[in-house]
Amino acid sequence: MAEDLLLDIRGLVIEATSYPPGEPPKEVTLVHGVDVQLQRGRVLGLIGESGAGKSTIGLSAMAYGRGGVRLTGGTIRLNGREIRTAGPAELRKLRGREVTYVSQSAAASFNPAKRLMDQVIETTLSHGLMGRAEAEVRAVGLFRKLGLPGPETFGQRFPHQVSGGQLQRAMTAMALCPKPDLVIFDEPTTALDVTTQIDVLAAIKEAIRDTHVAALYITHDLAVVAQVADEIMVLRHGRRVELGETEQIIHAPREAYTRALVSVRSLEHVEKAPAPPVLKIEGVTARYRGTGFDVLKNVSVDLPAGQTLAVVGESGSGKSTLARAITGLLPPSKGRITFAGRTLSADLSGRTKDDLREIQMIYQMADTAMNPRQTVGTIVGRPLELYFGMKGAERDRRVQDLLDQIEMGKGFAQRYPAELSGGQKQRVCIARALAADPKLIICDEVTSALDPLVADGILKLLLNLQAEAHVAYLFITHDLATVRAIADKIAVMYKGEVRRYGQKSDVLAPPYDDYTDLLLSSVPEMEVGWLEQVIAHRKMESAGN
Amino acid sequence: MHPVLKLVVQRVALGLLLLLAVSAVIFLGVEALPGDTAQAILGQSATPVALENLREKMGLNEPALTRYFHWLGGVLTGDLGTSLTNGTDIAQAIGQRLGNTLFLASCAAVISVPLALVLGIIAARYAGRWPDKVISGLTLATISLPEFVAAYFVIYLLTQVFPIFQPVAMVFPGMGFWSKLHAVALPVIVLVLVVLAHMMRMTRAAILNVMQSAYIETAELKGLRPIQIIWRHAFPNAIAPIVSVVVLNLAYLVVGVVVVEVVFGYNALGQYLVDHVTKRDLPVVQAVGLVFAGVYIGLNILADVIAIVANPRLRHPK
Repeated sequence: MAEDLLLDIRGLVIEATSYPPGEPPKEVTLVHGVDVQLQRGRVLGLIGESGAGKSTIGLSAMAYGRGGVRLTGGTIRLNGREIRTAGPAELRKLRGREVTYVSQSAAASFNPAKRLMDQVIETTLSHGLMGRAEAEVRAVGLFRKLGLPGPETFGQRFPHQVSGGQLQRAMTAMALCPKPDLVIFDEPTTALDVTTQIDVLAAIKEAIRDTHVAALYITHDLAVVAQVADEIMVLRHGRRVELGETEQIIHAPREAYTRALVSVRSLEHVEKAPAPPVLKIEGVTARYRGTGFDVLKNVSVDLPAGQTLAVVGESGSGKSTLARAITGLLPPSKGRITFAGRTLSADLSGRTKDDLREIQMIYQMADTAMNPRQTVGTIVGRPLELYFGMKGAERDRRVQDLLDQIEMGKGFAQRYPAELSGGQKQRVCIARALAADPKLIICDEVTSALDPLVADGILKLLLNLQAEAHVAYLFITHDLATVRAIADKIAVMYKGEVRRYGQKSDVLAPPYDDYTDLLLSSVPEMEVGWLEQVIAHRKMESAGN
Repeated sequence: MHPVLKLVVQRVALGLLLLLAVSAVIFLGVEALPGDTAQAILGQSATPVALENLREKMGLNEPALTRYFHWLGGVLTGDLGTSLTNGTDIAQAIGQRLGNTLFLASCAAVISVPLALVLGIIAARYAGRWPDKVISGLTLATISLPEFVAAYFVIYLLTQVFPIFQPVAMVFPGMGFWSKLHAVALPVIVLVLVVLAHMMRMTRAAILNVMQSAYIETAELKGLRPIQIIWRHAFPNAIAPIVSVVVLNLAYLVVGVVVVEVVFGYNALGQYLVDHVTKRDLPVVQAVGLVFAGVYIGLNILADVIAIVANPRLRHPK
């Protein structure tokens, strides 16, 4: 079967130069001698957390090192020939022809100044595989196969004229157009809404099956990769942890780390009994200036003191806008917001210092929510100075208390954000919010940018802090697993309206409304064949209607 | 209305408004200068009666606002007034010299703009390597030389060492196109050297900035050649910043080249303006100032329009 071996990577070593702040540059090894074998027509899933080296290994199949990364050791054989040491001219021949690439963000990966068709067939033409007319026919065929709307004219549009899910499919069409032997899918559905993800995933899977192309499928989501991969390789810190058939990995993992990945998100939270609200939102309607439509339509929800209200919805559903209305950044045109027994001024300028102090925010991107030139101590200490006038030793003591609360111990107060990991940065943001001694913290997608295991740690921390400090959370997320893990009440939002609202146990129990049903059934389950079942079920339902 | 057309109409309307404002500022500026036009014409020994008569005749006793609108009305109908020093029609004098100015500027632009773009693209393609360093070094050297030094150097080289051209760029009406071209060769070379660096460096910087984008990585992973990547994927997205700098330099070629005109004895608008400033010939200064402002505003509108048209989001709305 040796001639069936398409990709044969042995002892791959990948290095890069890192530039830690305030220190001389140093060499780091990202991948330590990894082996990858892939047969023709098979799909191998590469899974791991950020920093595991999965994208780096995936791109090595094109002998490409992103951002100064160097492939320094081992052999990479593609179609029987060594490519790690090949020259640029030889690499150009195989890139875009034998191996193609689908990135996480198709929106950024398409040239905004060119029509989609020109970009989709570009390699097919530049490698001299077909004439323009023939290539366009093939592209239209792929558009149709991938379920893109109006496949005949789709290519005439510019990237900004189609949606994110459609761009992701167009990028898949672009990768398949030159009839490659291998496609590298690098988190192709991670940036999509859950209801969009399922369609794109199904389209990708069908396209892989029909074209008999081999694929490396890179993701951090085991449930997603279980739908498309024949085999799964688990990576951590640039080393292979485990390799096995998909069934074996998800049902009988051999390594402890794989077991942790499989069982992640099984965090269960028992909802608290209904209680009087600390935050009451009544009939809030809001729109952004200069737009002709309401982003929030008559939203009414309550949040009991010391409990968690999860606001769930896809991008554009208005969930972050609700946070802006509560904080006073976007004054509602109608409706009333009552907080701790008093009516809040719609406008930020009309709010008292206590109004501001008692409502704090934590954001998705901890990176951009902190001043990179301030130490952790300064960042966490600022609310203490601002709201409580603390100074000197008293302030430092309180900062250390807060850092202990977020389980970060001594020595962190002197560090800068750039020296912290993603999870640690988010913890610092939590400490900063707690420093104001708030009654309500608005958490806007706070775990979305984090790896699953790290996200789990943050959720556990938030629950512990809630029990200690009796603070209420308005928890904005698109991730239903997170909702199960933390919520007492749930509001499902769709196009600015609350579609479903109540105690967690009621919202997550049938009978569902159509949208909640769609949302819940779109969350990938860690089960081989789940995708086919859902798609078949939906086809049956739509045929039944 | 198509959004591009709407934006273009807006820009042009704004430009006209701006030009009106500039005309007022020029008029006010000249008005605020010390001295008196009648005195300037008749000289120190004029009698008060003669001065008063002349003032009456020229309408100088009218309020400033009336005179401004009178002047503006003249401008709009193509009448820029007459020169104080020699009594000639200003519009006519400007017309001929403007032709010379535009001829020189166009020749310099036709060479320097494509050359700057090509050099910028080559420098970006080999960023940090020797072609980039040679191009950047040489253009930096030429922009650092004062214009008259560059001019005398070029004259020395191309009339003394290699006697190919005339050191004086004399043009006159009725001259054939090719002999005119031959006559302006030296000033054109000097102007190209002067404006090249700015445009080339902006081209290089704008392209390198775009080269950081994710879609450039996509193009690399498609196996395209580096020069294809720059030409097809980077350059179309770098047009707006490049155009704004190109236009600044074009405007400079029209309004800022008086030193070069003087060195080569080239009879154009810059010299005309400087001559009449020294003679305190205010109607001429006013008129030439307005023409220069119009050129600046017009070229900048052009840059805006090109940037708008180059943006696919505006050209092809959802």
